[in-house]
Amino acid sequence: MNKHLLFCAACATLVTGAAAQAQTVAITGGTVYPVTGAPIQNGTVLIRDGKIVAVGANVSVPSDAQRIDATGKIVTPGFIDANTQLGLVEIDAEGATRDLNARGTDGIAASFRSWDGLNSESVMWAPARNGGVTSVVVAPNGGLIGGQASVVDLVDGSSSQMIRRAPVAMVAQVNDPRGAGTGARGELIGKLRTLLEDVKFYQAHRSDYDRAASRSLSAPRGDLEAMIPVVEGKLPLAIDADRVDDIEGALRLAKEYNLKIMIVGGAEAWLAANDLAAAHVPVIAGAMNNIPTSFQTLNQRQENVGILSKAGVPVAIIGNNGDGDEESFNVRNVRYEAGNAVAYGMSHDAALRAVTLTPAELFGVADHVGSLQVGRDANVVVWSGDPFEFSTRVEHVFIHGKESMSPSRQDMLTKRYMTLPPKYETKP
Amino acid sequence: MRTTSLLFLCVTGVACAQNPAPTPAAAPAQATTASASKSTSSSSQDSAGKPGLGALSVPFANPFPSTYVPFPSRTTLIRNATIMTAAGPTMQNASILLRDGKIISVGTSVTAPADAVVIDGTGKYVTPGIIDVHSHLGVYAAPGGEGLNDGNEATNPNTANVWAEHSVWPQDPQFPRILAGGVTTVQILPGSANLFGGRSAILKIVPSRTVQGMKFPGAKYGLKMACGENPKRVYAGRGPSTRMGNVAGYRAAYIQAAEYRRKWDEWNANHKGAPPNRDLALETLAEVLRGDILPQMHCYRADEMAQMLDVAKEFGFKIRAFHHAVEAYKIADLLRENGTAAAMWADWGGFKEEAMDGIQANIALVDAAGARAMIHSDDPSGSQRLNQEVAKAMYAGRAAGINVSEDEAVKWMTINPAWALDLDSKIGSLEAGKDADVVLWSGDPFSIYSKAEKVWIDGAMMFDRDDPAQNWRTDFDLGFVKGGSR
Repeated sequence: MNKHLLFCAACATLVTGAAAQAQTVAITGGTVYPVTGAPIQNGTVLIRDGKIVAVGANVSVPSDAQRIDATGKIVTPGFIDANTQLGLVEIDAEGATRDLNARGTDGIAASFRSWDGLNSESVMWAPARNGGVTSVVVAPNGGLIGGQASVVDLVDGSSSQMIRRAPVAMVAQVNDPRGAGTGARGELIGKLRTLLEDVKFYQAHRSDYDRAASRSLSAPRGDLEAMIPVVEGKLPLAIDADRVDDIEGALRLAKEYNLKIMIVGGAEAWLAANDLAAAHVPVIAGAMNNIPTSFQTLNQRQENVGILSKAGVPVAIIGNNGDGDEESFNVRNVRYEAGNAVAYGMSHDAALRAVTLTPAELFGVADHVGSLQVGRDANVVVWSGDPFEFSTRVEHVFIHGKESMSPSRQDMLTKRYMTLPPKYETKP
Repeated sequence: MRTTSLLFLCVTGVACAQNPAPTPAAAPAQATTASASKSTSSSSQDSAGKPGLGALSVPFANPFPSTYVPFPSRTTLIRNATIMTAAGPTMQNASILLRDGKIISVGTSVTAPADAVVIDGTGKYVTPGIIDVHSHLGVYAAPGGEGLNDGNEATNPNTANVWAEHSVWPQDPQFPRILAGGVTTVQILPGSANLFGGRSAILKIVPSRTVQGMKFPGAKYGLKMACGENPKRVYAGRGPSTRMGNVAGYRAAYIQAAEYRRKWDEWNANHKGAPPNRDLALETLAEVLRGDILPQMHCYRADEMAQMLDVAKEFGFKIRAFHHAVEAYKIADLLRENGTAAAMWADWGGFKEEAMDGIQANIALVDAAGARAMIHSDDPSGSQRLNQEVAKAMYAGRAAGINVSEDEAVKWMTINPAWALDLDSKIGSLEAGKDADVVLWSGDPFSIYSKAEKVWIDGAMMFDRDDPAQNWRTDFDLGFVKGGSR
């Protein structure tokens, strides 16, 4: 019954895709999850010119609209994975295809604008898109300050069309003192503190610096410049921190310098749930980690995001337990991460928010994506059932109002080898 | 935004899927042909009793015998459950009776003996215990670090002389976690740095002070072999540095092993003169040639698998299963014809060039072609959720147009991996007479919301989600982990 469903869905997209953008599209009859409000039974989402123009139970559908019958199906905003390497890494083991880690200067690469190396032609985009992911945060890493992250929409277009907002965060880490070019946790924090002080000094003495009349500073000019929005509290510092004490240390630093921070990874964040909630500091974490993989993740558990959510901590769910795989090849699996979060205590509503509106809010794009509201970009997914279940298929993915499912390289390989030996293209 | 690089993790923490970092080219070459001590081979007192496990050619055949004994069990009846037997169609409203460590009966008309503990399985599912044929638990134990980095003897391309059991740490806190995921038997393999990584260990997932106390009684050893990128990357400085170098390495070793086997067979037949020198590496390879040790080969690419099938024919042995067989779908017909199984992931790929062609329908395609297909983890996290991995693979198969039933998919994590270990007569399906390795699931095991509720090994309830206080905590869990294992 489902024979070749995937391929056929993709074919239809190829044929109608170009025309669909200009059309008005009405997704009707489904259970619509706007995320900003209660689910709407038998709801309609009306899309025109790439935007959502109506959402509700009593939406009149223009006669010229293309109708998508979503009866018995679920309609949600496109999912957002807030921590990926998409477009920065093609084949992890092949250094020439990695643009994830800047060399930096003594562990500091604040001026690294990772999206300047974004590969719009990566074969990793299509599987994510076909899995219902319509926006991602693309983040670099490495050193003490890894560089700047961006929000990317998964439109099938140029990198200029894909980059939605940049920068959206400055990436830092307090997990690994040696990786930061220091020898101990306290030294790492000291190095970070020195950098923050130097950025403020630089900001106040820029002309002295330009005349070479400044004292020496701990980072080159470009990095100091890039850090200014961070010390001004305008650009979030996304801090990789797992151990509860590292999280508490990050909170102290944020308070001292009035930084806007978010905790990424957050293996033991549940042990600091109340402090995080009181400080309104969000956590970006997976929901499938429960192994004491190191002495800084001894207490990680699958209930982590559920506990944080109940405590009032803003949570974005990401995939992060596949050694890089979840951040690239398997970004499509972020929905299963959310499902596991529900299995371990998070409410379904909270988990849905954690892969849609919350990450949009955290990275400053909630006016565009993350919810089904009038005026938002038409990033909409139609699911055959509960988006978190294995049995559920992705049936339609609209990005900026355009049907965007297309055969991935994996689909092409699957098709070629459906019968053995394969039929290679040869002249008759 | 993780800061630890993949390459680093692979060596210190996790899997052999990824790439072990190169060892310094100056690493000393260990002569695997060095003669063993005379005293070993002349000590013909076989404390294990009879020879037969793994090293038939020498008098002391089973030097590290299993001391596993099942934990105390009670006669148990699970009733009104949906039972997926992996031996036939799913049974609704059915019961299963466990007694004295064995499955006594499965069906819709099973009655409870007076002494039986009766568990109501209404709304719940029962499957055989899950078998993970590719694990590095214990050899890459948590919490990791250099001190527990015992999975790759990356000092020589041929370390057929090492045995994984000598690295396994029974207090690895990952063991109770995979038990909680319904895993009852694992094959622990050395890593994939080498052409020949060493012998595997087949373990029951039970608390024990010693690895001998976990060893599956009577299980054959496996031999880890590895194709492709990892060996050539690790030994780039000294060789093999190419795939052709890899194949030359396997062939050279089996040429030696054939000669070694001949000498020992001759001596065993007539006991004339001094016995030949023992060589641990050749001893293992000779047992592969005799069919007593099962080659388990890490191999991603279709073309390499096809070549390894020919290498096996050249020397007269069978590769039992290809692991990480990312491209198995391209040669599923060859696998079927050769009787070699494929152990696969649901959806990993892309992390190195030989993994570029990973597809989600791999397992379903291999299965549909009539070859023996199975899931495997190579990962302590994935090992906890092999039911979820199978669910992904099953639905991906259906999306590609392959009609995979749940009854077939459940075999991918039970009876098919049991076959890969040559243990399918003992475990892997719910049939009378088999070991009572059983999982009770809170619901459909292919739903993301279902969890293993209770797990029995040889009839003993080893995990009970409803009674956390009684669940196994490793020594490591005590004190280091708040509340113990989770």
